[in-house]
Amino acid sequence: MARITTVTGWNERLGAWKVRWGIGRNDFIVPPGLYAIGQPKPDDPVVVTANYQMTFDIVRRALDGRNVWLLVLETYGINVWCAAGKGTFGTGEVVRRVTSTRLAEVVSHRRLILPILGAAGVSAPQVAARCGFSVNYAAIRAADLPAYLDGGMITTRQMGELTFSLHERLVLIPVELVLAMKWLLPAAAVLFLVGAITGGMPAGITMALALTGAALAGIAAAPLLLPWLPSRSFALKGACTGLAWSIALHLMAKGGSWGLPVNLAALLALPAVSAYCTLSFTGCTPFTSRSGVKKEMRLGLPLMAVSIFLAGILLIIGGIV
Amino acid sequence: MRGFHYLKNVVTLQFDSEKCVGCGLCPRVCPHRVFSMEGGKAVLMEKDDCMECGACALNCPVKAIRVDAGVGCASGMINEWLQEHGLGRKGSGGCG
Repeated sequence: MARITTVTGWNERLGAWKVRWGIGRNDFIVPPGLYAIGQPKPDDPVVVTANYQMTFDIVRRALDGRNVWLLVLETYGINVWCAAGKGTFGTGEVVRRVTSTRLAEVVSHRRLILPILGAAGVSAPQVAARCGFSVNYAAIRAADLPAYLDGGMITTRQMGELTFSLHERLVLIPVELVLAMKWLLPAAAVLFLVGAITGGMPAGITMALALTGAALAGIAAAPLLLPWLPSRSFALKGACTGLAWSIALHLMAKGGSWGLPVNLAALLALPAVSAYCTLSFTGCTPFTSRSGVKKEMRLGLPLMAVSIFLAGILLIIGGIV
Repeated sequence: MRGFHYLKNVVTLQFDSEKCVGCGLCPRVCPHRVFSMEGGKAVLMEKDDCMECGACALNCPVKAIRVDAGVGCASGMINEWLQEHGLGRKGSGGCG
């Protein structure tokens, strides 16, 4: 069995920074199995986690100075929450890993400590029935593990409650930007060419800039301003930042000289683009429901498509295209 | 969740109080305090705060809770929809 340290250095920090930007995100994996932190004895606690390197690093750092068994599940390099949703951080894998590591022979008790967000994939009654270990859901954040272990394994209100602070939202944005480049770069290039051919270089630059700004308004601005934007709907929140961007662009790029059709096109298309981007951000939040996102898509996607179509026609009328 | 609330009246969560045996697991696994314990039984408190993760239903030993749980992100659902219509690529989408 591998004994691991609880101190992470520049290497891990660089690794974490890289995955936040989407670099090498799929190779950030720890071999699953049973690990020893400190000098654990048979009666020391067993903490269960995922084999995503960043998760593993956060958990072992939190357990610094303790004697704990760490059971790492095979989640294929995915964090606890997403893996629980997919079922890889699940009942079957917990039972399999408990059996394959012969945990029952290593420890004298029959208790597993799991992260609360793992409960979407793990059934405590079924784990108990299938391998004899009781599942204790401890806390949402690994940082609360020391207090949980020292406090007699009691989950306080704060340990069991989700947060979505400015910082927690900020760290999600880089990878969203990188993923958006796949469609944003080609789309901006096409708009630039169309604008440049029909209206000259400045028109091309303005059109590419308009799209890029709308995407940023939806991908970065709306998630950061999330609690302060009006409406519960993510699409409407995104439309708000997109509208603000179209007004800002109008002022910066002397929109008074564009003519009415082009101005209307910008007012229709830019909020639609940012609304779509912010609607996509629901996948990164810890409080949006599948049924809610479905409803927003059913109502929002046709509206966005119509807005962009109308904007195209207005651009033709306005003589840009 | 403090400061964050999603759409009202959309959640598929259903709780059958008759079946509840009061084990106390659902309030413990819910990160949004949708359930609480009163008089030895679970009570559905803040239904609109449910994010349909399915943890309560999965952990309920007597199947007193039902919820349509699943991938809740727009791009994931668009991919699902494209695949259903034979248009999408398998396993695409950037999300882990």
